[in-house]
Amino acid sequence: MAYKRKDLLGMKDLTKEEILYLLETAQKFTEINERDVKKVPTLKGKTVINLFFEPSTRTRTSFEIAGKRLSADTINFTASSSSTTKGETLIDTVKNMEAMKSDIFVVRHSYSGAVKYIAEHTDAKIINAGDGLNEHPTQALLDMLTIRQSKGRLEGIEVAIIGDITHSRVARSDVWAMTKLGVNVRLFGPTTMIPKHSQVFGCRVCKSMNEAVEGADVIIMLRIQRERQGKLLIPSTKEYAKYFGLTKDKLALAKPDALVMHPGPINRGVELMSNVADGDNSGVLKQVTNGVAVRMAALYILGIGNNKGGIDENAS
Amino acid sequence: MKTLLKNCKIVNHDKVTEGNVLIDGEIIASVTAHADEKADKVIDCKGKYAVPGLIDLHVHFRDPGLEYKEDITSGAKAAVAGGVTAVCPMANTKPVNDNRIVTEYMIRKAQSDGLIDLFPIGAMTKGMEGEELTEMGDMTEGGAIGFSDDGKPVCSAEVFRRAAEYASQFGSFVISHAEDKSLAGAGVIHEGEVSAITGLKGIPSECEEVMVARDILMSKLTGAHVHICHISSKGTLELIKWAKSMGYNVTCEVTPHHFTLTEQELLTYDTNCKMNPPLRAQEDVDALIEGLRNGDIDCIVTDHAPHHPDEKAQEFDLAPFGITGLQTMLPLSLALVEKGVIDMPAFVRLTSYNPAKLIKKTDRGEIAVGKLADIAIVDPELEYVFDLTLNKSKSVNTPYMGKKLKGAALYTIKSGKVVFEFPMN
Repeated sequence: MAYKRKDLLGMKDLTKEEILYLLETAQKFTEINERDVKKVPTLKGKTVINLFFEPSTRTRTSFEIAGKRLSADTINFTASSSSTTKGETLIDTVKNMEAMKSDIFVVRHSYSGAVKYIAEHTDAKIINAGDGLNEHPTQALLDMLTIRQSKGRLEGIEVAIIGDITHSRVARSDVWAMTKLGVNVRLFGPTTMIPKHSQVFGCRVCKSMNEAVEGADVIIMLRIQRERQGKLLIPSTKEYAKYFGLTKDKLALAKPDALVMHPGPINRGVELMSNVADGDNSGVLKQVTNGVAVRMAALYILGIGNNKGGIDENAS
Repeated sequence: MKTLLKNCKIVNHDKVTEGNVLIDGEIIASVTAHADEKADKVIDCKGKYAVPGLIDLHVHFRDPGLEYKEDITSGAKAAVAGGVTAVCPMANTKPVNDNRIVTEYMIRKAQSDGLIDLFPIGAMTKGMEGEELTEMGDMTEGGAIGFSDDGKPVCSAEVFRRAAEYASQFGSFVISHAEDKSLAGAGVIHEGEVSAITGLKGIPSECEEVMVARDILMSKLTGAHVHICHISSKGTLELIKWAKSMGYNVTCEVTPHHFTLTEQELLTYDTNCKMNPPLRAQEDVDALIEGLRNGDIDCIVTDHAPHHPDEKAQEFDLAPFGITGLQTMLPLSLALVEKGVIDMPAFVRLTSYNPAKLIKKTDRGEIAVGKLADIAIVDPELEYVFDLTLNKSKSVNTPYMGKKLKGAALYTIKSGKVVFEFPMN
């Protein structure tokens, strides 16, 4: 198994084998995060630039910690997605930093396809940290890693993804990756937040919260962003919580050991009730922990040269 | 000066005949079976097609104001290289073509180049703001042949109604870029499978259809001629068929890219496939092809929309809409002939005869005695790679750049003069 691509742009174009390789590598890195001294010299002398054209704290921090634990020099660069205010093209911005001999760019951008666009027009190695509504591949990887740790497998697992599917890059990456790995994914959300042509996802689209939750092994609740997606799609957060939020009662319809996940940050009392977010079924913080291992794996695989299997023996 | 085009298949809207065309000055002097005429210049067409020069009712020449994308001269060169001898540039120049001075500037500049005839489409409202009517009478006298706020569709039904009514008084017509901007929202591609997959925001077909329905009804209300721009969806075509069956004064046009390409092109986020209306689904393409076959669609136009490479080399959402088309209309339309969708007379109806009628230019659109000698000699079999050496536009924003094409104008003759000759190696 190997991963030979220059970049990690999304789950849609990866093979099952490539995804499994990323997961295996991430699983191995989880151990480093449990050590007292959480640092290996693997990427010493490499420069990783977190290039965020959209505000983010947790993903950026997660990548920064991942880079530092691999001994890479990590630099954070935050800019606006709007080129009109910036006065420099996106490619010029990236090429300037590439000219400073940076090795890996972790890029987040508010427009779908923008990270792929950068990858195609520069020689730098690019990790997509979220592009518009398109993909968020490391989130899908950490979701699957968390599921596999909890359930022992991915094949045949029943996963419900609930919320704003149309505007969710997390949902897209999860769907592309999970369906390749034999996970049974079902989708649910307000009709205004489900793409009209959702058949392309190859998933069951549920008609009610009960149907979505019933018998699920895993429930992924998406963050609702009323301020961003406009007030047209849902009338109020109160009504959203009533029909689309995950309560203890709804959770009772799922399998008893159902794992509840959320990409964060949580709107408590809206899509996820506090007693569920903090309850025994919650895997939310485990996801965050796994996020660091997944990002270490991604940085490692791209940073070391993409053709070695497993972790270098000298790494630890 | 007399020019003889000998040994050609002469195509008109109703038939194909073999013979020779004698041009005297700017005018076709005779169309005969035998080439015994004395001429100053003889072009042996070697059995290729002679078609009436193509008339493109929908181009953007960016002149005045945005000449870095295209100017009237470069646009005209691209036109004649595509067999096009007359174009109708839209009004979204800087300043907007909402007055006779701009209209006359455009016409004069094209005349001084002497490559094509340019018949401007004036703005329907001042500044294309959708509020006050332009001086349509004066602009018509100055040479404007129709009125449109293309790209900034008139939101108010009343304004559209009054514009249609007022234009009809001067024997002119209105051209509707049908788009409900509120439904289009921040959309950048067709709302369909590919928008669901790529996360690019969608523009539903209904966004066009709802305005087509409104503008058809405004034609019904006023009796005025309403021409629907660049139709892109199956639903739009059904509405137009209905309007025509009711006897309303409605016509429409389609672009080669809308009857050739689908939304699938956008899976790669190629900004050279970003246009408005967007490339739609296969069922829409199938319907448009059927509309061309059975004559429900009146003409083929390019919506030639040049943009500078820097403008297309951006994040998909930020790149402007539009592609060039003057040099690809001929091969993409001839592909319909090759597939048996239409025959050569239908090709001429769609690209020259019907457009000439729509803009009331009775001196062209046919190869017949007394008509203007605007003729393209077309070889439908010629294969070539459309590259930068062939491209005449200032811009290169077309998905066909570097692609193999089949069918081209070997010669383009404008008012009796050879204005383009295909560079044979």
